[in-house]
Amino acid sequence: MSILVLSFLVVGLGLIAWLTARMRAAGFRRATGARFSSLPSHHGAFVALWTVLPAALFLAVWATASPALVTDRVLTDPAAAQLPPPGFERAALLSEAREIAAGKSFGEPTPLAAKLAPAYADAQSHYDWIGSGVALLLAFACGAWAFTRVRPDFRARSKIERVIMALLLAASLIAILTTLGIVVSLLFESIRFFQMVPIGQFLFGTHWSPQVIDARDPGASLGALPLFWGTFFIGAVIAMIVAIPFGLMSAIYLTQYAHPRARAWMKPIIEVLAGVPTVVYGYFAALTVAPLVRDFAVSIGVSWASSESALAAGLVMGIMIIPFVSSMADDSIAAVPTAMRDGSLAMGATQSETIRRVLLPAALPGVVGGVLLAVSRAIGETMIVVMAASGVATLTLNPFASATTVTKQIVDLLTGEAEFDSPKTLAAFALGLTLFVVTLLLNIVALTVVKRYREAYE
Amino acid sequence: MNASKISARNVNVFYGQKQAISDVSLDFDSDVVTALIGPSGCGKSTFLRTLNRMNDTIANARVEGRIALDGEDIYAAEMDVVQLRARVGMVFQKPNPFPKSIFENVAYGPRIHGLASGSAQLADIVERSLKRAGLWDEVKDRLSDSGTALSGGQQQRLCIARAIAVDPEVILMDEPCSALDPIATARIEELIHELKGRYAIVIVTHNMQQAARVSQRTAFFHLGSLVEYGTTSDIFTNPRQERTKDYITGRYG
Ligand SMILES: Nc1ncnc2c1ncn2[C@@H]1O[C@H](COP(=O)(O)OP(=O)(O)OP(=O)(O)O)[C@@H](O)[C@H]1O
Ligand SMILES: [Mg+2]
Repeated sequence: MSILVLSFLVVGLGLIAWLTARMRAAGFRRATGARFSSLPSHHGAFVALWTVLPAALFLAVWATASPALVTDRVLTDPAAAQLPPPGFERAALLSEAREIAAGKSFGEPTPLAAKLAPAYADAQSHYDWIGSGVALLLAFACGAWAFTRVRPDFRARSKIERVIMALLLAASLIAILTTLGIVVSLLFESIRFFQMVPIGQFLFGTHWSPQVIDARDPGASLGALPLFWGTFFIGAVIAMIVAIPFGLMSAIYLTQYAHPRARAWMKPIIEVLAGVPTVVYGYFAALTVAPLVRDFAVSIGVSWASSESALAAGLVMGIMIIPFVSSMADDSIAAVPTAMRDGSLAMGATQSETIRRVLLPAALPGVVGGVLLAVSRAIGETMIVVMAASGVATLTLNPFASATTVTKQIVDLLTGEAEFDSPKTLAAFALGLTLFVVTLLLNIVALTVVKRYREAYE
Repeated sequence: MNASKISARNVNVFYGQKQAISDVSLDFDSDVVTALIGPSGCGKSTFLRTLNRMNDTIANARVEGRIALDGEDIYAAEMDVVQLRARVGMVFQKPNPFPKSIFENVAYGPRIHGLASGSAQLADIVERSLKRAGLWDEVKDRLSDSGTALSGGQQQRLCIARAIAVDPEVILMDEPCSALDPIATARIEELIHELKGRYAIVIVTHNMQQAARVSQRTAFFHLGSLVEYGTTSDIFTNPRQERTKDYITGRYG
């Protein structure tokens, strides 16, 4: 039975449950004439939920577990004895057999896969029947049990409230659990990597050339320090040199000087900038800014300037971050009580003196928190550096030299043919983990700072 | 030539289309405390803020009429607002010390206006202002603590110290005690008495007893107009207008 038909059946059962429970409850109500805490529709919903939810839950679990069961059963088939040992080839054959069994194969099938296909179809339908049977039984049994609980004094209303709360909780847990899953898998792959390459060598090694890895000493060419430096240099230094002054000044203008009418159209425009896809900034960086930067460098005598310079990527990244810094700073400045500003103006301070001596110091923690968030965003930014930064890792202080970042290297490591056990591929996970940890810490610090600041002015 | 410290003639104030003050003429003398009273929303704060041009900070506010400080029109184009506000200080309803140290709060004005030629002189000004505001004994050992860490009443006296540190000629106070308890209020009133001889003081208050206690002149506002202006004892014992009488006897809302 297909999952669609099954779902219809379960929902249908739920509907029937709803109607009958409602009628039963309404009957009680008429018979006694009293008022109860729950309306008939609450009883209906209660029984319907009991009918549908357990079955749905089972189906969800079953959908993830049954493929493995099916494969296990196929492997008991005599033809399966000819399968190659576990590995990529075996998995490919099995998946081809599955496709044939589902009637979805194209082209000439592999003989072995074709031989396994009937076994697959057989196993599939076997477990399908089991799954459908259990689901329907579950729906029926739970529904019936709930139905027996419909009594005049039964508080279906509060039970439903609890179910709804549980549903909402589950929805919010899904995002958290998914993230947790990703982190755990990142952690596992990284541990595998660190079994091949010592962690110290990875973090502090200065030589990065994953294209040529000596199998006997993979760590020698997987020293990620130049990447960390490049990331920091582009995202936290060059980009911030652009983003902080411009973001801050635009926030000051918008909160303190702009006429309400000017603010009404300028602020949305700046916010829209934050929504420009980063790939567009990437274009801009690679095709417009990078050549300009190189030409400029050459004109001031830096003849060896790279056309994939740290400066080009950092500048554009800074521009990308401006709206972010601006809106964080805007919020922080706006949170400083007007009374503070009036107090300063009433002392005879000019507007810029008031900003410099009272508003900015008062808003500083909020601004710092915002800048930290911006840094964490910049170092995680990928598209601009993929398009505009160089692939060559250099430890340099020269903004015209080429520099690369962690995100760019992760992309490079994982694109192209990838063997899943090589130090080269696993290095991507280790890089990802490092980036994750750093941005996580930055975010925690930033959010704490911002929160403290908010509390200071209630 | 008018001898009054501040003289306001035919003042109108608008917020956008809405008129908040209509045709008010009032004189304030030196050495005198003048109280502005009237029901909520009648425009006391608005009028007070015209006297040091704090209405400039409100985008849609517009002031008409003539207000002169020592005979000089403060709304004239050549008037320097920075100078004006140094001469006409202001204390707000809610204490609003800057998030700086106590010392820096008081030193703020003198620094801006370049009143001290060295750190010793600055310290001198700060000490004198805090003494005059009656706060010195309470804070002299912790001048580097944050001004926001003081109690509400202390904060308000700090704000008064801050205002008198630039040696103003007029001090405007907008309900300076409304956020304070009776003891702190009594201290501020005492302080106003002590400051009286030195500055022209204009105080907005909702508290009739307070107006009677601290002021020598009282102006009663209603719906944006000046209803009655006279010596405090006349206003309170012998009001000429029915509306004034209703208000001070509490028969008005
Ligand atoms: N910034 C503003 N924009 C528009 N209207 C304002 C503004 N400030 C005050 N008003 C209006 O002007 C009128 C006078 O207000 P004002 O604050 O001067 O009254 P008040 O006498 O000080 O009242 P209270 O005793 O409650 O402080 C009120 O009707 C008020 O709504
Ligand atoms: Mg007021």
